[in-house]
Amino acid sequence: MSLAWSPKTLVEAREALARGATKVAGATDLLVIDHATGRQHESVLNVLGIAELQGIRVEADQLSIGAASTFTQIRQSPEVAKHAPLLAHAAATIGAAQIQNRATLGGNIANASPAGDSLPALLALGAMIMVSGTREQRLVPYNAFHTGYRKSVLGPDELIERVLIPLPSPAVQVFRKVGTRAAQAISKVVVGFASDRLDRHVLANVRLAMGSVAPVPVRLHEVEVLIEDNPLTAELADRAAALVEKTIWPIDDVRSTAEYRRHVAGQVVRRLLLDLLEAPRA
Amino acid sequence: MSTTYRFTLNGKAAEVEGPPMARLLDVLRRDLGLTGSKEGCGEGECGACTVLLDNEAVCSCLVPLFQVEGASITTVEGLAPEDKVTELQRVFANEGGAQCGACTPGMMVTLKALLDRHPKPTRDQIREYVSGTLCRCTGYERIFRAVEVLTGQRAAEGEPAAPGGEVSRT
Amino acid sequence: MDQLNAVGRSVLRPDGLAKVTGRALYLDDLPENGCWHGTTVRSPHASALILSVDSSAVSDPEVRVLTAKDVGARNSVHLIHDDWPILADGRVNHVGEPIALVAAPTLARAQAAAKAIKVAWEAQTPVLELDAALRGDPRTGGRLNVLAKCDVQRGDVDAGFGEAEVIVEGWYTTGHQEHVYIEPHGVIATPALGEGGAFLGVDVVGSLQCPFYVHQALTHLFDLAGDAIRVRQSVTGGGFGGKEDYPDMIAAHASLLARACGKAVKIVYERQEDIIATTKRHPSRVRHRTGVKRDGTLVAMDIDVLLDGGAYITLSPVVLSRSVLHAAGAYSCPNVRIRGRVLATNTPPNGAFRGFGAPQSLFAVERQMDKVARTLGLDPFEARIRNAYRQGDITPTGQVLKESVSAVAVLERAKTATRFAERFAANEAARAGRKDDGRPLHGIGLSVFWHGSGFTGNGERRMMSKGAVRLRPDLKIEVLSSSTDFGQGTESVFRQIVADASGVTLDDVVVHVPDTAAVPDSGPTVASRTVMVVGRLLARAGAKLAETLRAFAAHQSGTAPAAVVLSHGFFETERGRTPFAEVAKRYVTLHGPLDAEATFEPTPGSTFDEATYQGDAYAAYGWGANVVEVEVDPDTFITRLTKLTTVSDVGHVVHPVMCAGQVEGGTLQALGWGYLEEMKMKDGRFLNDRMQTYLIPTMADAPDMETILLENPTTHGPFGAKGVGELPMDGGAPALLQAIENATGIALSAIPATPERIFEASRARKRS
Repeated sequence: MSLAWSPKTLVEAREALARGATKVAGATDLLVIDHATGRQHESVLNVLGIAELQGIRVEADQLSIGAASTFTQIRQSPEVAKHAPLLAHAAATIGAAQIQNRATLGGNIANASPAGDSLPALLALGAMIMVSGTREQRLVPYNAFHTGYRKSVLGPDELIERVLIPLPSPAVQVFRKVGTRAAQAISKVVVGFASDRLDRHVLANVRLAMGSVAPVPVRLHEVEVLIEDNPLTAELADRAAALVEKTIWPIDDVRSTAEYRRHVAGQVVRRLLLDLLEAPRA
Repeated sequence: MSTTYRFTLNGKAAEVEGPPMARLLDVLRRDLGLTGSKEGCGEGECGACTVLLDNEAVCSCLVPLFQVEGASITTVEGLAPEDKVTELQRVFANEGGAQCGACTPGMMVTLKALLDRHPKPTRDQIREYVSGTLCRCTGYERIFRAVEVLTGQRAAEGEPAAPGGEVSRT
Repeated sequence: MDQLNAVGRSVLRPDGLAKVTGRALYLDDLPENGCWHGTTVRSPHASALILSVDSSAVSDPEVRVLTAKDVGARNSVHLIHDDWPILADGRVNHVGEPIALVAAPTLARAQAAAKAIKVAWEAQTPVLELDAALRGDPRTGGRLNVLAKCDVQRGDVDAGFGEAEVIVEGWYTTGHQEHVYIEPHGVIATPALGEGGAFLGVDVVGSLQCPFYVHQALTHLFDLAGDAIRVRQSVTGGGFGGKEDYPDMIAAHASLLARACGKAVKIVYERQEDIIATTKRHPSRVRHRTGVKRDGTLVAMDIDVLLDGGAYITLSPVVLSRSVLHAAGAYSCPNVRIRGRVLATNTPPNGAFRGFGAPQSLFAVERQMDKVARTLGLDPFEARIRNAYRQGDITPTGQVLKESVSAVAVLERAKTATRFAERFAANEAARAGRKDDGRPLHGIGLSVFWHGSGFTGNGERRMMSKGAVRLRPDLKIEVLSSSTDFGQGTESVFRQIVADASGVTLDDVVVHVPDTAAVPDSGPTVASRTVMVVGRLLARAGAKLAETLRAFAAHQSGTAPAAVVLSHGFFETERGRTPFAEVAKRYVTLHGPLDAEATFEPTPGSTFDEATYQGDAYAAYGWGANVVEVEVDPDTFITRLTKLTTVSDVGHVVHPVMCAGQVEGGTLQALGWGYLEEMKMKDGRFLNDRMQTYLIPTMADAPDMETILLENPTTHGPFGAKGVGELPMDGGAPALLQAIENATGIALSAIPATPERIFEASRARKRS
């Protein structure tokens, strides 16, 4: 255990990034693993104080969320509430107050857990990830960010600076989390849904994302197409549920069963479509 | 490598030398002798180690030391001046909020944070804010009621603590 | 003593302010004073031969490593049968079984050394659950590996079935439950050393329920006289039975290390080790065959209780006994046959957990009553009230229920408090006509149950517990007992009971910390016996002390003893009143401290035959009814608890707020077991070995609670009080499953009622 940096700017963070220091944000996953395994880090970089990672603001055509924003800040942000209620809703279901006060959006993304609750929301909102570091800043579409189970395109010398959500954001935004316990339960299935609405029976630009049903959070493109190509009816809701069940490949684990996850994923999608049908101006 | 970190602890300046990734909980308990905060799970699930970090409730088992540099920390020991109790603590004890007491320090700190935000909370607000601090003894009903008694939403059931009513185990 | 002064009041608990300020010192908060730290090497196998334990790679010269050969001849935890090794010798029978102990000046060094120890194994085929155990155990040559048996019979069951108009059969299953006391296990053992470092004994302080159990285990282990061992309780952060049996083990480990190092050694488990290593609630399978008349009257009950004991016997025989004795529920039936068995598996030993076998068998009988009701077209209340025990009824052991019988009272009160019958019927009707609108389905469920206070049968007679009080030179009356407070409020209720029994004020009474060197053995703090059995001893001791002081006061003032009353802190005679302290001071100045002790006295005429299992199984029973209200999501099958109403007859309420706290906390623990808490296993290893995966209810899961306490006094407890500790664990799960059934139409017979399980049942129903 040795070097530790707490830089105030990205420029100041370069040395630590160049050395591949472990990036520490809210530490709500990191310290659990460190303590359980006895893992040591050669060097650590506190990203919480970096100016460029702070704040939530609307810029011309995007909602820009600093990666160091905690879920409490995201829940309380009027900008997020207005433009990305899906994300605000997701933020409210992550852990309990103590975790929301520490855990950050950037940390949730970089940690790349398939059960990360904010991640399907970001997929559904078409988020872009602003990645910075020792190299040139780059923008990565969030749907290309994760490359496998707990893997991502983020280099050891890079960090997530901001998360950008294109505006205007979708008119329809729905978040659903299925966990066993009413509070701080890790998801069995988590769903983010966003679309535009052309008419009571017509949804466009549908994005349907799920967590905990695959090694990475996924978009269900076939289901999206089905919903876009057909009038919104009770029958479509049933067909969408059936297609969801066919499309996903969840697993049995300590939290749930593949069969239950498959069924519930379908039912959640069915219900959110039925709810949309019932509430045309949702 | 150890470094010296400075922060405010229960209103006073504190200085600790330690590795950057030391858990704040261990620093409090082992280095600073503040054993009020408890370790119930070591993974942010139970909330028994809850402290205020810049007035926000956090699990001290999940805060690395180097991130508290310059911050202000309040532990259960800092809620009331020495040998005194806050109204919250008094009512909580009278109304049966504490049984085994292992979750109680974390519960006191979490409830303080709740009451700072919601001076007269509804049950749903209590549920929402305090669900990260687990109690295995009470079923939570007496904790809800203690908050409701404190905030004038319910009549007391426990007798008020007599001055000096604390009896130590001899 | 005619008027109560302290009993019945919700006074501040003595430890209350220390707990809310964080000043209460739990085991891991105590000063370490340079003690060493111990850690444990455990088995990764469920069943294996240990070929060798090699610590040659441990390079730290100060570290001490102990294996079975260092334990000595008495390598077993001394409980009921000496079959539970302190360190595994030659073979392991469950994952997590201790194989070696390590001590070092720091925990990090101990852990590093533990990692360097290499064990060579020969893995064998384990028996991992009851289904497999029923097919036979390789360890017993393929025969059933039965750890304990218990049978009870009353009447003629076959004739009873002959009379029956309807016969209903059912199978009921429950799983492991972890205690999740918020403070994990911990002890510090300090050796007493003689010349040349000779080991003379050990002083143990720990988070524990039963100091004399630990004392007995250590005197057995070291073959030392009783006064060589001292066991004290530190402030204990929850127990629920989990700190009844296992402290014997961890105290033995720390003491062995202390002996080896000649230093104080501390062992504190982190949560994961605590879940992996310590005992759990016994999983169960219970089969019911019930004969009834068409009007619902019970005529025959044939019940098989099967418990999974885990790898060793521990307390299983007594858990089984309580399970069997409660298995026919709070119902009168002329013909009953109950067969109980505990089978061994290669899983961590199951042991004491609040309720002690009764919650399992009561879950089964309550769900069976639901099935009977459904079969006959009765509502759950009707089926129950028809058969509920009345005073004078006879239990399966032939015990005549002579007093304090409240099954009907708790049922009636629960029904009126919740408008149960109307709402149950309304939910049934709503289910029939419900629309697919995604709205939650409402359900309400009811249960009734009983719980014997104190030890079973002759247990109290054998234990012959003692309780004592002492008037100290500082004029405080000190309560001396081994009953521990691990949250329930023992200290407070004992002060109240002794204050009123002796006639002094609450402020005159203090409680001595349970310490085997200073208090008499009042038995373990288990079995809902603290208030009723030990409280009564203390009340008698307090009355004796008061009697001596009254005689003294009478003598001093020249009146007859009978003319002096000690009440509310004053000695009263015709001539006036004198404060207690004044007389007490004169007494201790002249005679020194005054001691008074009481020993358990069996009830005249009460007998229990252990060979036939006939007679008075318990001196008194607590009675309870639960009404649980739920909402079930029709898409996800997630159950939300919306309201809990409990009615409990505890004889006499000593401390209303704490009594309610016992009921509320115990019932949420029961509900957690019923729908949330699940221990999954793979190859004999618990998968849910963290609090992130073993989920207990949070505040967001807790329903609003209405807690109704009834007082139907018993002659066996102080001021009529019965036990309350375990009763609340008994009725939550079956009432919850009935509520889920009322909401969804899906009748589950296994817990936990997870969404996955409800989903599977719903799919099975659709298929059929």
